[in-house]
Amino acid sequence: MRSAPTRRLGGLILHRAVILLFTAFAVFPFYWMAITAFKQNADLYVGATNTQHNPFIFNQPPTLDHLRILFGQTLYPTWLVNTLVIGAVVVAITLVLTVPAGYALARLTGRWGERLSIGIFLTYLVPPTLLFIPFSRLMSVLGLQNSRWALIVIYPTFTVPFCTWLLMGFFKSLPREIEESAMVDGCSRVGAIWRMALPLAAPGILTVVIFAMTLVIQEFVYSLTFISSVRLMTISVGVPVALVRGDVYYWGSLMAACLITSVPIAVLYNVFLDRFIAGFTVGAVK
Amino acid sequence: MLAPALAYILLLVALPFVAAVLLSLTNSSAGSLDVSFVGFRNFRAVVGNPVFKRALWNTFVFTFVSQVLVIAFGNILARALMRRFRGKTIARFLILMPWAAPISLATLGWLWIFDSTFSVINWVLKVVGYFGPGQWYYWLGDPTLGMVAIVTVHVWRMLPFSTVILIAGLSSIPAEVHEAADIDGAGTLSKAFYVTVPMMLPILSVALLFGVVFTFTDMSVVYLLTRGGPFNSTHVLASLAFQDGVLGGDVGRGAAIAIFLLPVLVVMAILTLRVSRRAEVA
Repeated sequence: MRSAPTRRLGGLILHRAVILLFTAFAVFPFYWMAITAFKQNADLYVGATNTQHNPFIFNQPPTLDHLRILFGQTLYPTWLVNTLVIGAVVVAITLVLTVPAGYALARLTGRWGERLSIGIFLTYLVPPTLLFIPFSRLMSVLGLQNSRWALIVIYPTFTVPFCTWLLMGFFKSLPREIEESAMVDGCSRVGAIWRMALPLAAPGILTVVIFAMTLVIQEFVYSLTFISSVRLMTISVGVPVALVRGDVYYWGSLMAACLITSVPIAVLYNVFLDRFIAGFTVGAVK
Repeated sequence: MLAPALAYILLLVALPFVAAVLLSLTNSSAGSLDVSFVGFRNFRAVVGNPVFKRALWNTFVFTFVSQVLVIAFGNILARALMRRFRGKTIARFLILMPWAAPISLATLGWLWIFDSTFSVINWVLKVVGYFGPGQWYYWLGDPTLGMVAIVTVHVWRMLPFSTVILIAGLSSIPAEVHEAADIDGAGTLSKAFYVTVPMMLPILSVALLFGVVFTFTDMSVVYLLTRGGPFNSTHVLASLAFQDGVLGGDVGRGAAIAIFLLPVLVVMAILTLRVSRRAEVA
């Protein structure tokens, strides 16, 4: 029988090993993007058969060349602007549709409210890879192929269900007495919502803005399907499709683009993590 | 107040969904606007095609293998992250990164890691002496290695998601429940089987539900890593539907392929309904 302190030490070592191993697995591609983005080409393109050349470290001094190329000679800045503009419009549409819907579902009691909210939850499960085919017909009928409007029309299909669900949870946590007392004091129903419920739901609305935006930045399938002009692309499609010239990959600039786009979103996700989980688990966790 | 959101969902999710089913029964193509009904011809053509059979098989293999790994690793990782330790905040941040990164850009990072000439994995395998002389892995040029690569990326991407969901589940079990089980004399194993697992079941199914739906319907990873190659051996339903229906312009055929996603999605939808009902009772 091993002694208790030995067992505790063993558990501690095992725990740290698990954390270390999984962290390394999660972070390695990002480390690899970072080191690639700052390596000189001569240091980068050494075949992996050369066992003398350690690819994990800088064998030559780091360089900013790839970043300069990315921002000066590629369309990355244009794609960034496209993505943010489309994102802003989609966020606005999402708010207009989901704030009233989330509030209504939170206050609607009885079977119908429940059925409707589950129905909206189920639309989460309809994937872009099933809808892109009818959408491609729709867009050719509307004449919106290769237009940013196509994405603006389609993107709310995934932001609206998610954000309605998130906001519903948020409004449910506000006691309805708040609006009732405002109405007793002479506010109309709309006035009560506008003056009392909305300001209290501000953190929920901010969460919706953040998530709608990040979902737009992450979207790939629709953007790949509907945008063919390089100038109109979003980041998630422009970088993998148009930064690659024929068979020549500009790995330094490519990896810089991947890293620069991913890190801010990761920071945002971390800050809003708890609310984000709530959006997925309403109903399964109290 | 519900009307605008509901109208949007009906118009742009429900209606296109029905249209997807109808299109699969037509000879619709990208070039022309006239469409005629062809019954199950697309389905017959698709089902007899070996590329489709392989894609159908791959879709299930990728989903099953990656979700088994994700749930197993997710449980280990969630338990490890429940404990207090120095650097927990930074570890949580780093572990979450794969889920936050846009999938196409993250996959591009993996594309570089799996590069045929410059793969860092090959360098390591060579340095540690795993490779014999002249031996080499063409990760994305070999059907088996290509599948390993695709599963790796799926596990990498879904693990953070399942982990945070499982943490939410674990921390929702009140400490009193564990204490009560201790007082009743439950051992570690019986506590796991009679307390933790049943109480975790709803949240476990949420993690599994989204994991399955995201992996089963994804085409980005396959499209960017292998384009379905070599020789169409790594296609999944979604990437094949894209290749035939969007790139190839055969809308009816693409729709017919995508329809095969439906049965699994329906099962997942039913599971969701049961979970939400059970949560209501609890």
